[in-house]
Amino acid sequence: MPNRSFIRLTLAACAAALVAGMTLAQAQAPGYRAPRAPDGKANLNGIWQAMNTAHWDIEAHSAAPGPVLELGAAGAIPAGLGVVEGGPLPYRPEALARRNENRANRLKLDPEVKCYLPGVPRATYMPFPFQIIQSQKHVMLVYEYAGAVRTVYMTDHVEAPADSWMGWSNGRWEGDTLVVDTRGFNDLSWFDRAGNFHSDALHVVERFTPRSADTLNYEVTVEDPKVFTRPWKMSMPLYRRVEPNAQILEFRCVEFVEELLYGHLKKQSGK
Amino acid sequence: MNRRSLVSIGLLTLASPVVLSVNLAGQAPAASAARAVPAAKAAAPKPYTPPKTPDGQPDLQGFWTNSTYVPLERPQGVTKEFYTPEEAEAAIKAAAAREAEQTEPGTTADVHYDFSQFGLDRSQSTFARSLRTSLIVDPPDGRMPPVNDEGKKRAAERAAARKQAGGPYDAVQNMPIGSRCIIMGGAGPPLMNAGYNANYHIVQSPGYVMILTEMIHDVRIIPLDNRAAPDRNLRQWVGVSRGRWEGNTLVVETTNFNGRNPVRGASENMKVTERFTRVADDMIEYKFTIEDPATWDRPWSAEAPLAKTNGPIFEFACHETNYGIANILAGARAEEKAAAEHKKGSN
Repeated sequence: MPNRSFIRLTLAACAAALVAGMTLAQAQAPGYRAPRAPDGKANLNGIWQAMNTAHWDIEAHSAAPGPVLELGAAGAIPAGLGVVEGGPLPYRPEALARRNENRANRLKLDPEVKCYLPGVPRATYMPFPFQIIQSQKHVMLVYEYAGAVRTVYMTDHVEAPADSWMGWSNGRWEGDTLVVDTRGFNDLSWFDRAGNFHSDALHVVERFTPRSADTLNYEVTVEDPKVFTRPWKMSMPLYRRVEPNAQILEFRCVEFVEELLYGHLKKQSGK
Repeated sequence: MNRRSLVSIGLLTLASPVVLSVNLAGQAPAASAARAVPAAKAAAPKPYTPPKTPDGQPDLQGFWTNSTYVPLERPQGVTKEFYTPEEAEAAIKAAAAREAEQTEPGTTADVHYDFSQFGLDRSQSTFARSLRTSLIVDPPDGRMPPVNDEGKKRAAERAAARKQAGGPYDAVQNMPIGSRCIIMGGAGPPLMNAGYNANYHIVQSPGYVMILTEMIHDVRIIPLDNRAAPDRNLRQWVGVSRGRWEGNTLVVETTNFNGRNPVRGASENMKVTERFTRVADDMIEYKFTIEDPATWDRPWSAEAPLAKTNGPIFEFACHETNYGIANILAGARAEEKAAAEHKKGSN
């Protein structure tokens, strides 16, 4: 019969192995398991919002004066650590020149100023909430900004039938991650207010993964061979709006920009 | 006539107790014999139990249209609530002919599009059939109730403000709300026939029903948790909606309108109550009631069924490509300039 110290040693070894095994498992998979939606998939339903300055500039940037003098500090640009992984965006040389031109003329050229649909992934990190409405056939992404909306087709995947501002999204589940594959963009939206842009060859793959009860990990791979020399990634957490009566409100901004867009075509009095 | 509306009329006949009182099979005109409902189906109605979503809500999901030839108000000279099938067919044919022949094809006047060329006319899309002579079911005469004194005063004030603003093309703000791509009638509430592409997508998740209106990518997210209406200082073009299930009927109440896009002259304090009931695989019975004591001394109600249609809903980027507004305004300015120069020249 084994003596006590042998038993203790064996038990200790087993315990150590068990702990090592658990640690290894945690390193391989996130520790958080989201509640289930009624159909058994991870429940991503809710109202979410990014909390960063990516909408100003997705690359790392210092604080700086804004483009509108009269707004003073209220319109100035806050700093950002950047949401693009691995340094500056890999622009082709001619595309970089165009990005810099965009930036120099942003008040005239930024589609956001004109209340145009924000495109993807910019819609996600606009300083407005969006809501995920999840069903088996369709996951709807409904954005407060400009009432933008995307339909993610979870079944019946087809190719984009035509170009659009928000693209054509086919979705699937990989474990608890919602993977959204989007093509069929036009070339008219930007990635941020800093002039970062894309062509109609844009291909975006987003991954939404629950990381806690009230946060998601949002990871994006962007591919656009007409503009960038290689694909690149961005990532950020998304935070749940937890107010009990949280809801997407109206930001019907067309009316706010009419004077800007058409004021010069107004009939002058006396003429 | 496309297959989708054949299916619609067949199942509409099955589902609607009113229409079942008519034997279509015997009376359908020869030209539309293919659409006649088999007598056996028409005679044996079964109560319909809608499927349920995974979280137990009656399932309203899918792509729907409220495109219809039925007018909101009963036409002058019509006193009954329902047409016979022949009369309904004749009314539809007349409306379809008007749509297709807006102008004489091949003439100079034919510059505005012939709806049927681009498939924009109702006859080339799925539409919700009904033998009703009007969508309005209450008041029983199928017409809007009279506007009360407060409503008349407001209408006069609005007309005066419009006159003050000048001509219809003097400024973008003088042009119709829909032309400005701010909001169109299909979004409501209540959901009104948009004229073309009158398409909706309904998606449900626990605690919510979402209605996407194709034009102008308008989304209403209706919470089902009995929350109170928001503070009266928060106003929206589409109001703020709250819903609840009563059996198999989704009841949605909407208040907090901003009054800028009134339904038939209503005030910002209008309250809209909508009722959605799935009555067949391919039909949702949709009823709405408008209450606005500041405009009418009594509520009025309408029934406008939603027929199943094919998806997808395409993106309608109205504002982003609104060259029309800019061209109309520029054209008006050019006309004025030409008129002014002509006047100068002739002095």
